[in-house]
Order: sequence, then C-alpha cells, then structure tokens
Amino acid sequence: MTLQTNLPHVETAEDLEKLINENENVMVCCGRMGPMCLPVYDIMDELSSEYENVKFADMLFDTPEAAIIRNHPACASFAGLPFTMYYKNGKVVKATTSIQSMEQVTEILDDKFAK
Amino acid sequence: MENRHFDVIILGGGAAGLTAGIYLSRAKMKTLIVNEGTAGGQMVLTHEIANYPGVESTGGYMLGSTMKNQATSFGAKIFNNSKILSLDLTSDVKSIELARKGKFTSDAFILATGGRSRPLNVPGEDEFKGRGISYCATCDGDFFQDKEIIVVGGGNSALEEAVSLTKYANKVTVVHQFDHFQALEHYIEEAEANEKIEFIMESEIAQFYGDDKLTKVKIENMRTHEFTEMDIDGVFILIGYIPNTELFEEIVELTDRKEIIATRDMETNISGVFAAGDCTAKKYRQVTTAVADGTIAGLAAVEYLSNKK
Ligand SMILES: Cc1cc2nc3c(=O)[nH]c(=O)nc-3n(C[C@H](O)[C@H](O)[C@H](O)COP(=O)(O)OP(=O)(O)OC[C@H]3O[C@@H](n4cnc5c(N)ncnc54)[C@H](O)[C@@H]3O)c2cc1C
Repeated sequence: MTLQTNLPHVETAEDLEKLINENENVMVCCGRMGPMCLPVYDIMDELSSEYENVKFADMLFDTPEAAIIRNHPACASFAGLPFTMYYKNGKVVKATTSIQSMEQVTEILDDKFAK
Repeated sequence: MENRHFDVIILGGGAAGLTAGIYLSRAKMKTLIVNEGTAGGQMVLTHEIANYPGVESTGGYMLGSTMKNQATSFGAKIFNNSKILSLDLTSDVKSIELARKGKFTSDAFILATGGRSRPLNVPGEDEFKGRGISYCATCDGDFFQDKEIIVVGGGNSALEEAVSLTKYANKVTVVHQFDHFQALEHYIEEAEANEKIEFIMESEIAQFYGDDKLTKVKIENMRTHEFTEMDIDGVFILIGYIPNTELFEEIVELTDRKEIIATRDMETNISGVFAAGDCTAKKYRQVTTAVADGTIAGLAAVEYLSNKK
C-alpha cells in the first residue's frame, strides 16, 4: 500500500535502505493522508525540482515496514505525524515531527545538504 | 515584465481563493493565486465534508484538489507554499514580492487568506509541538493509547474531540477558561456523560514542561490566580481560529477581531482590492460560504477591470 501523492513511494524497509545507501542526500516523509502530512508532501513535491541533489520520497506510516522509521531512536520522543527523516550517506542527520513549513524544510535542506 | 503582470492576484488558495480563480480564469482574466500553504486551505484539515451540496461526502483534500484542478484547467497559475516578502495594495498598479519567485504586479487583488488554529501562545508550546502537543485529534489521537491527556477549549470542536479521544486515552481532562462552554448542547451533554472525561473550568495552561517530550503543564485558575502542576502525556489545543490578516493591518479596514470589512460585493476600502472567505467579517464560516464569497469577489473583480479598461 502506498500514499496517494506525486512523490516516489518507499514500500519496504529494504527499499529505504537501498535508497539511502545509493543516494547521498535523501528526505523521506513517513505519514498518512491527513492534514498534518499533506502539506509536507506538497512542499517536498514543489522542492524536488529545485533541490536536484536531494532524493525525495514518502512512506506510509501504518505499514509494518515503516517500523524502520517509527522505531528509529531519532523518533523516540515523537508523537505527531508525519515523521520526516533526512539521511546523508545512509545516516539520519535530522528528523522532525508534525507539520513543517516551507521555511523549516528549506532551512534543514540548506543546512544538511548544502550543494 | 509582461508575463509578470496579471489582471488579478489572489492571496490564498482555499475554497474562496480557488473559486475566485475559477471564475476569473474562465472570464479570461490573467490570474495568479499566491497561497502560503497547501492548495485547499482549511479543507485539507477536514477528513470528511458531508455538507457541500451536490457532493454526497468527500475528503476535504479531494474537494480542494478538484477546485485547484478546475482553476488551473481554466488557466489560473498557482504558487503554493509561498512566502510573501512585500505587498503594495494601494498603488494603481499593485505588486507583490515572493521569496524564491520575485516580484509580480496586477490591476486588482482578492484577499482570501482564511484563518488558522489559534495557538495558546504560552512558553513551551512551540518546543513540544509534535512531542505531546497537537492541534489535530484525528491525526495524533492514536499516539496517546492508554495515556492521560488534556483538551484545551470549550467550543464544539474541543468537546467533540475530547469525546473521540476517549477511544485512545485513559483519561481526558478538558481545561477551559470560562465557567461555561460555548458549544451546542448535545456536545456538552455527551462530554459530561463520558466517564473518562473530567473538567477543569475557569483555568488556562500557563506553561508546558518536559525534556524531549511533554511531561507536565502548569495551570492557572483564572479566578484565584493560583497555579497547580499536572503530569500529562499529551495536550490537544482546540481553541478556535484566527483570521490570517496580519499582512493587511493598517492598510485594509479590519474589525477589532482583525477580520476584513467587505461590502456585499466583497469590496474592501481600497479600490481594486476585494476580499472573500473566512478572513472577512461574517457570522458563518463554511466551505459553501467561502465559495459564495469567492464567486462574488471574482465577478466583482471582472466588472472592476472591465470598467477600468
Ligand atoms: C477542522 C475543520 C473542519 C471543518 N469542517 C467543515 C465542514 O465539514 N463543512 C464546511 O462547510 N466547512 C467546514 N470547515 C470550515 C471550512 O473549511 C472553511 O470555512 C473554509 O474552508 C474557508 O475557506 P477560505 O478559502 O476562506 O480559507 P482557508 O481555507 O483558510 O484558505 C486560506 C488559504 O490562504 C493561505 N494564506 C494564509 N495567509 C496567507 C497570505 N498572507 N498570503 C497568501 N496565502 C495565505 C492559507 O495557507 C490557506 O491555504 C471546517 C474547518 C475546520 C478547521
């Protein structure tokens, strides 16, 4: 099962491992089709042409496969959807919880994935 | 400069702004919709809309997407997730400057910036957003399975969500600033009859505490001004909405509640500037009323532009 967004979808933990190991900079938003998540997918969709050095994807929060994100230590204190993960060379460099604005997302992208 | 000039620029891409965009672009007006958030606005916050005539029941996101597609199919251009750097509404040729996109001009503007959840504005609120503090019960309720939570507010949404959150939480405490609720009787009755719900009236949360997660709140009794502390796993803040009109203060005439004052034809006090939807002063805020306002503002702008030419 996948989300109904324009972003590439990560379906399994194995897919996620592959994506983050084959790409230097990756942003994955793990959520549902809800009001706190939709704005973040929308922002990522809009930024994907601007940040060609970053791979953007989403993952459905409720699949067992998403345990790789749900149970990540960086998300231990999270209690708000979506969980948004930023990976550099396969490692989590930042994770955010709940809705984020365009400014918050671009600030992280510029800081962690500077061209 | 030519392709940066529009007949009308609409601020806001919710029900009102998208509807105005549909009418304007169908009337062959060159239309730009500048939206700070996601297309659909507050409709995106609504899981199910069952009272939009002609559509039996639909997700708010779907209704918003359809309106967006209608506007773009008639030729309107939409910038979502935009940040406005400057705005000139009073000159004859009006202008707006956007981060990462630059400056655009137009002969008319429609202000359809809607409203947003009212925050409590107390220390710790930003820090614990998503780490115990939520503004959306349907989104985050299941993180609080068998936990103790607070719902702040005393209106329809607060009481309705307090009841729905008892599906997950062991105990829900409603904290409300007054000694009575501003909700419909059946919401009050349902909440009062629920054994998992307790009430702390005439009180406000003064501060949120925790380490990497919310663990405690400080509550002020508004009558005695005494403070108490309460251990808590989560707080849902459901205290209504405020109009998004900060950008227009001192420029456009506003009520003391910061809503835009508009005539029946949705004209503001500035020539060529119209307003529509939840950001205007009105009694009923619904998708239908926003769509109606957007229609009138769109058609009034068409008339204004044809008289000007
Ligand atoms: C939880 C919830 C449930 C609801 N349920 C229903 C329902 O079942 N039925 C119903 O009819 N109504 C419902 N409503 C009310 C309805 O959603 C609103 O009345 C309606 O969507 C308002 O539309 P709008 O276009 O005026 O404003 P909004 O939907 O608020 O849209 C305004 C848009 O403008 C953007 N914006 C803000 N500031 C600026 C700026 N400075 N510049 C540019 N853009 C800006 C915002 O990001 C937003 O996208 C509900 C509302 C909520 C919150």
